[in-house]
Amino acid sequence: MSLETPLHKAQGMGSAHSGVGHFWKQRVTAVALIPLTVWFAISIIGLIGAPIAAVLNFLFNPVNAVLMAAFVLIALYHMVLGLQEVILDYVPHQGLRFFLMLVNYTFALALAAATIFALLRIVGT
Amino acid sequence: MAEHLKPRPLSPFLTIFRWPVTMATSIVHRVTGVGLAGGLVVLVWWLIAASSGPEAYNFFIDLAETTIGQICLFGFTWALAYHAVNGIRHLAWDLGYGYQVRTADISGIAVIVLSVLIAIGVFAIAYAGYGGYYQ
Repeated sequence: MSLETPLHKAQGMGSAHSGVGHFWKQRVTAVALIPLTVWFAISIIGLIGAPIAAVLNFLFNPVNAVLMAAFVLIALYHMVLGLQEVILDYVPHQGLRFFLMLVNYTFALALAAATIFALLRIVGT
Repeated sequence: MAEHLKPRPLSPFLTIFRWPVTMATSIVHRVTGVGLAGGLVVLVWWLIAASSGPEAYNFFIDLAETTIGQICLFGFTWALAYHAVNGIRHLAWDLGYGYQVRTADISGIAVIVLSVLIAIGVFAIAYAGYGGYYQ
């Protein structure tokens, strides 16, 4: 016999009230990062020892700019989900845990903002 | 009194167990994941430096070309290679493949060897002058 109410069962969120959202997002971002990481590696190796002009020229290409934005932003999303898991696993103190969760999200959003700013500045000049 | 007995472990932790390949690869996956957060900071720094002009960019490159800089970059390269390859192993598990103990051990060793080869390969390409083809 299940003690779950029909509403709770229909919502499918489980006892943590978030369902499989975290798990699923981590897998989706992981799959997206496989081809993006290959592209990133090929790109970075191609820019080793390059002067700044070559880097700007590379990122001025819209395809490269969008792929770089996608790589960094999806990696940051994947990072937030992963660090969240680590924090929840190892930090038992509720206050500190809450604080670190805020730091995690703020840190990622700041890096995302900086990435978009940098790429827009390169493409816009 | 049982004074002849060694103190027994009360709450087993990592230091108590022997290290099977699967356990080592799992722990290293998490450690490289956390480490790659630092890698993302460096990548964003590089992008900001490039967008800021030659002075900021050359400062970044000068730091990257120091011995410590090269060691850090090699660490990030290996961590990314490891996390990516082992991540594919995890996705295979998510699909239900590779759960036999022997299979999981072999794939774990393969991931370790492959990630080291990729990292060394990338640096070999760089130091042999085969990089920089986008100039």
